[in-house]
Amino acid sequence: MSNTSSPREVWITGIGLASSLGEGPDQHWDALEARRINVDETTFAPYPVHPIVKLNYDAQIPKKGDQRQMEAWQRIGTYAAGLALDSAGLKGNTDILARTDMIVAAGGGERDLAVDAAVINDQTQGNAAPGMLNERLMSDLRPTLFLAQLSNLLAGNISIVHGVTGSSRTFMGEEAAGTDAFRIALARIVSGQSDIALVGAAHNGERKDLLMLYEFGNFALKDKFAPVWARDANHSGFALGSGGVFLVIEAKEHAQARGAKPFARLTHVVSDHARRATPGNVTAVLDGLWSKLGAKADAPIITAATGAASATGEERAFLKKHASAPVRALGTSFGHLLEAQLPLGLALAALSLSKGKLFAANDTTGLEVETTAAPSQIVVVNTGHWRGEGMALVESVPA
Amino acid sequence: MTAAKDKFGRPTVVVTGMGVVTSLGAGKAENWKKLTAGESGIRTITRFPTDRLRTTMAGSVDFIPLDPFSSTTLSDKLADLAVEEAITQASIGGKGEFPGPLFLAVAPVEVEWMARFEAARATGAASGIDYDAMLKVSGGGQFADFHKRFLFGSVADHLVERFGTKGSPISLSTACASGATAIQLGVEAIRRGEADAALCVATDGSVNPEALIRFSLLSALSTSNDAPQAAVRPFAKNRDGFVMAEGAGALVLESYEAATARGAKILGVMTGCGELADSFHRTRSSPDGKPIIGCVRKALDDAGMDVEQIDYINAHGTGTPENDKMEYLGISTVFGERATQVPVSSNKSMVGHTLSAAGAVEAVFSLLTLEHQRIPPTINYDIPDPAIPFDVVPNTARDAKVTAVMSNSFGFGGQNAVLILTREPV
Repeated sequence: MSNTSSPREVWITGIGLASSLGEGPDQHWDALEARRINVDETTFAPYPVHPIVKLNYDAQIPKKGDQRQMEAWQRIGTYAAGLALDSAGLKGNTDILARTDMIVAAGGGERDLAVDAAVINDQTQGNAAPGMLNERLMSDLRPTLFLAQLSNLLAGNISIVHGVTGSSRTFMGEEAAGTDAFRIALARIVSGQSDIALVGAAHNGERKDLLMLYEFGNFALKDKFAPVWARDANHSGFALGSGGVFLVIEAKEHAQARGAKPFARLTHVVSDHARRATPGNVTAVLDGLWSKLGAKADAPIITAATGAASATGEERAFLKKHASAPVRALGTSFGHLLEAQLPLGLALAALSLSKGKLFAANDTTGLEVETTAAPSQIVVVNTGHWRGEGMALVESVPA
Repeated sequence: MTAAKDKFGRPTVVVTGMGVVTSLGAGKAENWKKLTAGESGIRTITRFPTDRLRTTMAGSVDFIPLDPFSSTTLSDKLADLAVEEAITQASIGGKGEFPGPLFLAVAPVEVEWMARFEAARATGAASGIDYDAMLKVSGGGQFADFHKRFLFGSVADHLVERFGTKGSPISLSTACASGATAIQLGVEAIRRGEADAALCVATDGSVNPEALIRFSLLSALSTSNDAPQAAVRPFAKNRDGFVMAEGAGALVLESYEAATARGAKILGVMTGCGELADSFHRTRSSPDGKPIIGCVRKALDDAGMDVEQIDYINAHGTGTPENDKMEYLGISTVFGERATQVPVSSNKSMVGHTLSAAGAVEAVFSLLTLEHQRIPPTINYDIPDPAIPFDVVPNTARDAKVTAVMSNSFGFGGQNAVLILTREPV
C-alpha cells in the first residue's frame, strides 16, 4: 500500500497468444521464422483479413454455457488470458488470482448483422411505422447479445472463467488503450500499488461492421495483401487481424517468491496524444517518447505500424533516425489488431529476448534487415491509425 | 503527519473543482436545490417513438437539443458542461490548458443507427441491403466524420482538444462503476507522484432505443411507466428496476500540496478507494456478497478508516430487486449494527441511473453533502422492505453532521468500486 518505497523491477512471467498464426509462443515463433502469413483475401473481399486459427475453446473455457455467452472477441480473449495464466504457472492458484489485478484493452460492440439488415431494409423502404425499429429490436435481439457487446465483459468473462478477481478495469480507445493498459499496470506495480497483473486485449477482425467503421475513414486495405512497408498512398491502410494477447506482469520479488521465471523485464511504457493537425507532429511525438526510454541506438524495434498512409508515413520518418536498429512490423504477419497491437508487440519482444534472437524479417522493400545479434533490449512502437502514440522498452533479464 | 501526506505517507488527494449535469439540470446549484427538495428528473421519453417498448421513461437530458440525435455527441456535450464548471471552480491552468491527465468514464462508443441508415441510403437500393452493399459505398471519404465520431476514443479526443489535458487520455469502462474507476485512476496517479492534478470525468448520453431495449431485454428496467417520477424506488418493497438516465460529473483532483501552493479552495478529500471483481455471474452478484464486502473493506483499509467514522453512505441503490438486496447484505456485513443507524440514501431515486456517469455524479453529490451538511433523500420510499432495514433518509432531505461519506458503485461484469470522501484530510 505504501508508494514511498523505491521503484520496483517488473517481469513478464506469462505470455498468452492466439492469432492467425497459431497459439502459444512456439507456434508463433516457428511461423515468424518461416515468414508465414495467414491472410484470407476472399471471404471479406475486397478486404483481406487475417483470420484466427481454429482453437479448441474447450481447453480454456470448459463450460459450453460460458462460450455461448460470448461473442468471438471475448472467446479469443478469454482463451488467450487462460494461456497467459498457464504460462505464468498461475492457473488455479486461487490465492494469487484473487489478488491479481486486471486491465483489459477492449473494443466490443459486435453486431448481429442479420438484425441490422432487417432494420435497415424496413427503414429504407420508407414505410416503416414509428416504432418499427423498437419492434424489430425487441423481438429479434438476443437478450444476451448486450453482454457480448459490452466492452468490460471480456474482463468479466475472464473473472468468471479463470477467477481473476483482484480488480478489473477496461480501457477503450483503439490502439492507445493497449498502450495505456500496460502503462498504468506497470506504474502501479513499480510504485507498489499492485504486485501482479494480467494485462492484454483481444480483437476479432472478421467483422463486416468493423470493416465499415474503418472504411468510413478510408483506412481499410483493399484488394491484394501487401507487407506494411510495401503499402503506399495508392494502396494504403490495414487489413484487420484476429487475435488475443495477454501477459502476466509482476514485481520481481513477487515472481521470485513463487519461483516464477521471467521471459523479460518490462522497463518503460510511455504514451502521448498528438493532435496530428500539422505534418511532422506524429514524428516529433515519437521522437519525444523515444527520448524517455533510455534505449540503445541499435535496440531492435517491433512496430505496430498500421499501413495508414499518414501515420505510418510519419513513423517512417522517425525510423529513419534509427537506421542502425533492425525493424519488424507486426502488421505484415498479423494484420491490424487495434487494442491488441501493443500487447502483441510486447509478447513478441519478450519472446525474442528470452530466445536471444530477433525473429526473421518479412518485408519485400528492404526496410526490415536480418540480424543474428542477441538483443538485450527491444523497443515496441505503437502509433495509432488515427490517434495515440505509444512506446515500450522490454529488456532481457540476465540469468 | 502533515495534511500533505495521508497516514500511509502518500500524497493527500483533494478535490478543487466539480461539475455536474443530470436530468435535474445543469450545474451544482440547480442539481443540489432539486435533489434536496426531493424532485425527480424522470419523465416520459419524447426523444424517439416508444411504441412497443416495455419501458417508456428515462432521466434523459433534454435541454441540450441535438439534431440528429447522437448518444456519443450528447456524451461530449454533457462532459463539456461538467468539465467547464469544474475547471472554472478550480480556476486551474490556462484556457484550454489543463495541467494534468484525463481519465474518462464513457459508455462504449459504437456506430449509431444514423450511420448505417446513411450508408444504406447511399447504396441507392430499395431492398436487399446488407453489410456487403453498405461496404461498397462506405469509402471515398463521404462518411469520414462517422469514423472519427464512432471510435471508442472519440469523446476523450474531443475533451483533449477542448480542455488541453496532458498525455494520453484514458477512456475506461467498468460498466456502472465507471465513474468511480475514473476517480480512482486519478487518485492513484497523484499518489504515485506522476501528476499534481488530474481531470476525472464521467459522461453518459445513452438514452436511445437500442440501449434501452438491451436493458429491457435483461429485465433490469422499471416498467412503472404511468408515474415516471415515482418509478425509481430504491430499497422499497415495491421496487421494480432501475430507470436509465443521462448526465455527467467532473472532478478536478489535485495533490494537497499543489492545491495549497496555488491557494486553491479545497472542497473535499478523496481519502480511499476500493475495488474488487466478482466471478460469480455476468449480471448478478455472488449470493454470499463476498465481493461487495471485500470491496467495502478494501476502501476502508485504503482510507485507513473504520466503519464508526463513516457517517453517510451514498448508495449505488439502483432500485432493482437484486442490487438493493445485495447492497444491504454487503453493508450490513461490514457495518454490523451500525448498518441500521448510518443514513444510506440513493440519488438515483431522483436522477435515475446515469450508468457510466453514476460514480462521478454521485461523488459530486457526496461532496455537496459534506459541504452543505445536508443529506439528500431517497424518494418514492412509501413501502419499506423489511429485509432492508436501512435508514434510507426517506422522502425528505435531512440536516446532519457529515464528515465522511462512502459512495458505492457496482456494475455488470462483476464490477465493484467504493470511494470514501471526507471534508478534511484524516
